[in-house]
Amino acid sequence: MIFLIITIIIAVALYIVARTTLLGMTFRVAVKAIANNKGRSFLSMLGIIIGVAAVIVMMAIGQGSKESVRQNISQMGTNIIMVRPGADMRGGVRQDPSSMQTLKMEDYEAIRDQASYIMYTSPEVSSSGQVIYGANNTNTSVYGESLEYMDIKQWTIEEGTCFTEQDVQSAAKVCLIGQTVAKELFPDGGEIVGKTIRFKSMPVRIVGVLKSKGYNSFGMDQDNLLIMPYTTVMKRLLAQTYFSSINCSALTEEMTDQAIDELTTILRNNHKLKADADDDFTIHSQAEMMETMSSTMDSITLILVVAAAFSLLVAGIGIMNIMLVSVTERTKEIGLRMSVGARGLDISIQFLIESILISVTGGVLGILVGFGLCQIATSLFALPTSIPGWSIILSFAVCTLIGVLFGYIPAKKAANLDPIEAIRYE
Amino acid sequence: MDTKDKKVVIELQDVRREFQVGDEVVKALRGVSFKIYEGEFVTIQGTSGSGKSTLLNQLGCLDTPTSGEYLLDGVPVRTMTKNQRAKLRNRKIGFIFQNYNLLAKTTAVENVELPLMYNNKVKAQERRERAVKALIEVGLGDRLEHKSNQMSGGQMQRVAIARALVNDPTILLADEATGNLDTRTSFEMLVLFQKLHREGHTIIFVTHNPEIAQYSSRNIFLRDGQIKSDTYNDNILDAATALAALPKPVD
Repeated sequence: MIFLIITIIIAVALYIVARTTLLGMTFRVAVKAIANNKGRSFLSMLGIIIGVAAVIVMMAIGQGSKESVRQNISQMGTNIIMVRPGADMRGGVRQDPSSMQTLKMEDYEAIRDQASYIMYTSPEVSSSGQVIYGANNTNTSVYGESLEYMDIKQWTIEEGTCFTEQDVQSAAKVCLIGQTVAKELFPDGGEIVGKTIRFKSMPVRIVGVLKSKGYNSFGMDQDNLLIMPYTTVMKRLLAQTYFSSINCSALTEEMTDQAIDELTTILRNNHKLKADADDDFTIHSQAEMMETMSSTMDSITLILVVAAAFSLLVAGIGIMNIMLVSVTERTKEIGLRMSVGARGLDISIQFLIESILISVTGGVLGILVGFGLCQIATSLFALPTSIPGWSIILSFAVCTLIGVLFGYIPAKKAANLDPIEAIRYE
Repeated sequence: MDTKDKKVVIELQDVRREFQVGDEVVKALRGVSFKIYEGEFVTIQGTSGSGKSTLLNQLGCLDTPTSGEYLLDGVPVRTMTKNQRAKLRNRKIGFIFQNYNLLAKTTAVENVELPLMYNNKVKAQERRERAVKALIEVGLGDRLEHKSNQMSGGQMQRVAIARALVNDPTILLADEATGNLDTRTSFEMLVLFQKLHREGHTIIFVTHNPEIAQYSSRNIFLRDGQIKSDTYNDNILDAATALAALPKPVD
């Protein structure tokens, strides 16, 4: 309602301006000139329409893909923080992080008990190999985790239950099974929970089946895994006392940075590192990864938009061409206007307004076409599109700029005409 | 003719205009001097190449002299900038062209309003009022909203004359203003010019048609860029009488 009133007020104001001021009159002259050459004006607008539509569609696809990637990543949990051993130097040689044994039980306990910005903590040990049930076998990864892992990675259990704290304490031979593994081992379906499978000759009982997560945005199958209590993997499978990593989740995504600082302090204290010593661990956050992904998507979008923008440049040249023709055609009119007192400036403004009008009208139509194409792309090809609001404002600005830039030379030419020659031009 | 109490509106002092054409210098005006007083109806005649058009451009402030001085209403034009001359044209000169030069697909009123558009002191309402008044004066009070392509040659030239009058100029400058019209319509225009003359307008009518000279008060004859003769007309013919004497148009 308010919008309607504002629109009416603006329309009335524009109408009064158009009827009364020189600028308004010039504007009307420009509209008339365009209307008098509808076909020609439309053709030169077409370039702008295509250009703007292309830019809008590219931005929309870029933005849409970015949002869908973000969504994928945030499904994995945006507040995840991963602590890995690392960056250890021995005699000037940097060691392979996976072979390092700096993350110990004490570290896990310290983080779990002391960290205030951390909601969940789970140590991780992993292994991989063949898992066998009856005549079926498949290669998979085994993750040894604590109960809190389920919350960190947002796993849900489709059938059965999770292993218990009791199972963790006793290093029980139990596991949760991912959908991919389940399909491989139990191709005929049926009851899976309660079955005993073998991993590296150790029998483990399936207590629950994980709900499928599908592939992640890097193309990895997230359902090809077994999850066991970390104690089981450490003591019974690998016989090791260190973790390959510790997964945590910050209280919120925004608190990730504080959480990382806190973790760093705790671990440095635990490891008794001197103030000038490097960390012997590395900390990554999912938020950080998301940033990387976003910026990659941004670069791709930028490339697409730049390509589309070139068509706008070509469209601008088209407008300049048509304006030059228009100046030549209307030489006599320009001469007349000058003889009755128009200054060069008045004439150049007239032609500038005309070229801006062509490009901005083309821009508006281009935005509409862009919207339409995005709808089609989404409904026919299932491409994720999202038109950023600023891209519309940007399109307007760019179109005005094109109008000014490419209208300038024709306008200058018109303004510099000699009135004596112009008025007698045939 | 007694010119003692009359105000000088145009004064040319040894005006020369040369053009560089290739290696050659073409002397279009070779020292032209004259004064035109308020209320005169002057015809400037000459054959093609006599310097008529060049002189008209000078008088119309479209061009500036190579040497000499041109004073319009006491204002020296030679040293003026382009924009100053544009303003001068806007306020002091009314142009009438041979081929009317109306804006296409534009109404009579809008065409007449045009000079006032470039005068920011005149507001929209006054602009329209003055345009309507000028159109009534030239006898087109019933054709205000007609577009230029819906009018006859005579009507278009009347619109052009109204446009020249609308800014209340010091001089009316007509360039072959009857050149494109048939005899009857030409006389109708002359009747209009004589009416404007009687009302006190200063008119300069450039033509190559010697007949028109009989209806004006003063005749300047150019040849080879110089004034050949400058005479006052003691026996001004009445265009209205001549028009009445014309054979009736055959339908």
